[in-house]
Amino acid sequence: MLPELFFYYNATVITVLSALVVTRSNPVHSIMLMLVMFFHIAALYLFLNAEFLAAIQIIVYAGAILVLFLFVVLLLNLKKELVTQIFIVRWPLGLVAMAGLLVLMFAGIKSFTLGPTGDFTIEKIAGETHTAAIGTVLFTEYIVPFEVASLVLLIAIIGAIVLAKKQIKT
Amino acid sequence: MVEFPPLGPVMPEILMTGFALLILVLDLVIKRKETLAFLSVAAAAVVMYAVLGTSGVTFSGMFAADGYSMFFKLIFLLSLILSILISVKYIAIERVNYGEYYSLMLFSTLGMMIMASAGDLIVLYLGIELMALSTYVLAGFIRHAVKSNEAAVKYFLLGAFASALLLYGISLLYGLTGTTDIKGVAAYISDNGLAGNPALMLSVILFVVAFGFKIAAAPFHMWAPDVYEGAPTSITAFMSVGPKAAGFAAMGRVFLIAFASLQVQWAAILIPLAIVTMAVGNIIAISQTNIKRMLAYSSIAHAGYALMGVIAGTPEGLAGMMSYLLIYAFMNIGAFAIIIMLRSEGFSGENISDYEGLSKKHPVSAALMLIFMFSLTGIPPTAGFIGKFYVFMAAVNAGYTWLVVVAVIFSAISAFFYMRIVMYMYMKEPRREVELTTSPALGLALAISALGVLVIGVFPGRLLDLARIAITLGWGL
Repeated sequence: MLPELFFYYNATVITVLSALVVTRSNPVHSIMLMLVMFFHIAALYLFLNAEFLAAIQIIVYAGAILVLFLFVVLLLNLKKELVTQIFIVRWPLGLVAMAGLLVLMFAGIKSFTLGPTGDFTIEKIAGETHTAAIGTVLFTEYIVPFEVASLVLLIAIIGAIVLAKKQIKT
Repeated sequence: MVEFPPLGPVMPEILMTGFALLILVLDLVIKRKETLAFLSVAAAAVVMYAVLGTSGVTFSGMFAADGYSMFFKLIFLLSLILSILISVKYIAIERVNYGEYYSLMLFSTLGMMIMASAGDLIVLYLGIELMALSTYVLAGFIRHAVKSNEAAVKYFLLGAFASALLLYGISLLYGLTGTTDIKGVAAYISDNGLAGNPALMLSVILFVVAFGFKIAAAPFHMWAPDVYEGAPTSITAFMSVGPKAAGFAAMGRVFLIAFASLQVQWAAILIPLAIVTMAVGNIIAISQTNIKRMLAYSSIAHAGYALMGVIAGTPEGLAGMMSYLLIYAFMNIGAFAIIIMLRSEGFSGENISDYEGLSKKHPVSAALMLIFMFSLTGIPPTAGFIGKFYVFMAAVNAGYTWLVVVAVIFSAISAFFYMRIVMYMYMKEPRREVELTTSPALGLALAISALGVLVIGVFPGRLLDLARIAITLGWGL
């Protein structure tokens, strides 16, 4: 009973907070709400016995990335987001499509059956610690995705510099 | 101690990474950016050579260098070389002559190569991200042009949505089958009789939507016209061929291997998608006045034709789709090369009316444009006809005769807007003086494209044989 309660509490809070983050007009409020949301996501990771991911979620996302967001917002001195005319004229069509997708998803999810589970049971992870388990898997079985991900990050850095730093010649 | 898997099959990708990084660093010391362009073409040629000599599966099935991926990698590298050749002069005119441009193009191609070879859904996803992220930056490369910025932002936002949907599809599939290995998924589905499961269908639908975005199939095509119009023309040429072909490569592997036992179901989704794609692409293209927008809609329509190869679901259909995409690389980049020639200082040359009377002053360029337009329409003896012929044949043999009839009707409609350009060039008087910007690299790209279109058009047998051999070589791996 308690685990379910804990999960549904976190799931609800995360959903509500995400909606709030994208609807606030004050960017600082958005970031603060995001911070709370990240803590709840970390709680979900802990709940799954993934303490390393939980710690990373707090240290990297809540600690580093959000501070960076805050820096940008404060540097730009954005008190309020720009208010413009809504430029998507056909939003009722979008709403219908979204509702359709939601119905489709609920209909599909109902018949979900869980596939075979892997080697990493709770006892096994508790035995060799989560950090060791994730490290071993990442650097052996998943080395290709790991390397490709590093390239994706490199592109993000190059892209940011190209788009933001290059002087405009006219 | 874990034994390290053989690196042979990933050698082309490792080389490509090395070259892309090298060009990024060389950009600091080389002041003439034309040298970087030359080095990039040389790098692509070396990687192409490496691709031809590489085969095998490594990293416990995560990465497969089979015949199927080899053929696609040749398409990507060919489109990379042609796009670099048409860029050299153009990015100088647009005043964005930076070395990162070439490096990002190499990285984008690397992403496509990883997509084509992916044997695991996680690798596939990361390949898509690597390709897409580089292309977003390239689309916004003309920083001082508002349209280019708009293109990058639109492409990025819709691409991010597509990625999210794809991840949702992958996570559902992982939950259902307990694996992300494409062959493992297929085995689990057929062993456990999962084929009729609605949750699995939901995952298939999400995959269709995500790939639909990548190949710009209607109704997920909305981003294409704005992005194609706003992006630098050379990048428009690049992304209308490479990422689209990569999307098809991934689609072919996921749908024909992982979802092999659901073929009836996904064909039922893809058929209306293909029809709508052909309809939207061909009909809206008629009303365009900007040639880049027109070619964007044309590119949507061509995705519809190529989809028929996937729908057929046979090795013949896949071979048809693969040769179609190779032919499309030649004819589409050729057409964009002509558009780039019209761009000169202070003149965009993007209006269809700019082509009026082009044959009077520049007969050779007009004749080349004529060849590419004929090929895009699908008129023999150009390659475009051959491409359509094989795809349509495969669809007929798979029992979709009525779909082929629909496709033929739409390709007849397409003649209207392609031939309008030919008509403008040959039957109208020039309204203004149009100066062409030429360079040896651009000339080379045009020569390669025109030769490709004509040689494949006259001697088509070899190409389809090659595609068929690629399929039979690779499909089992």
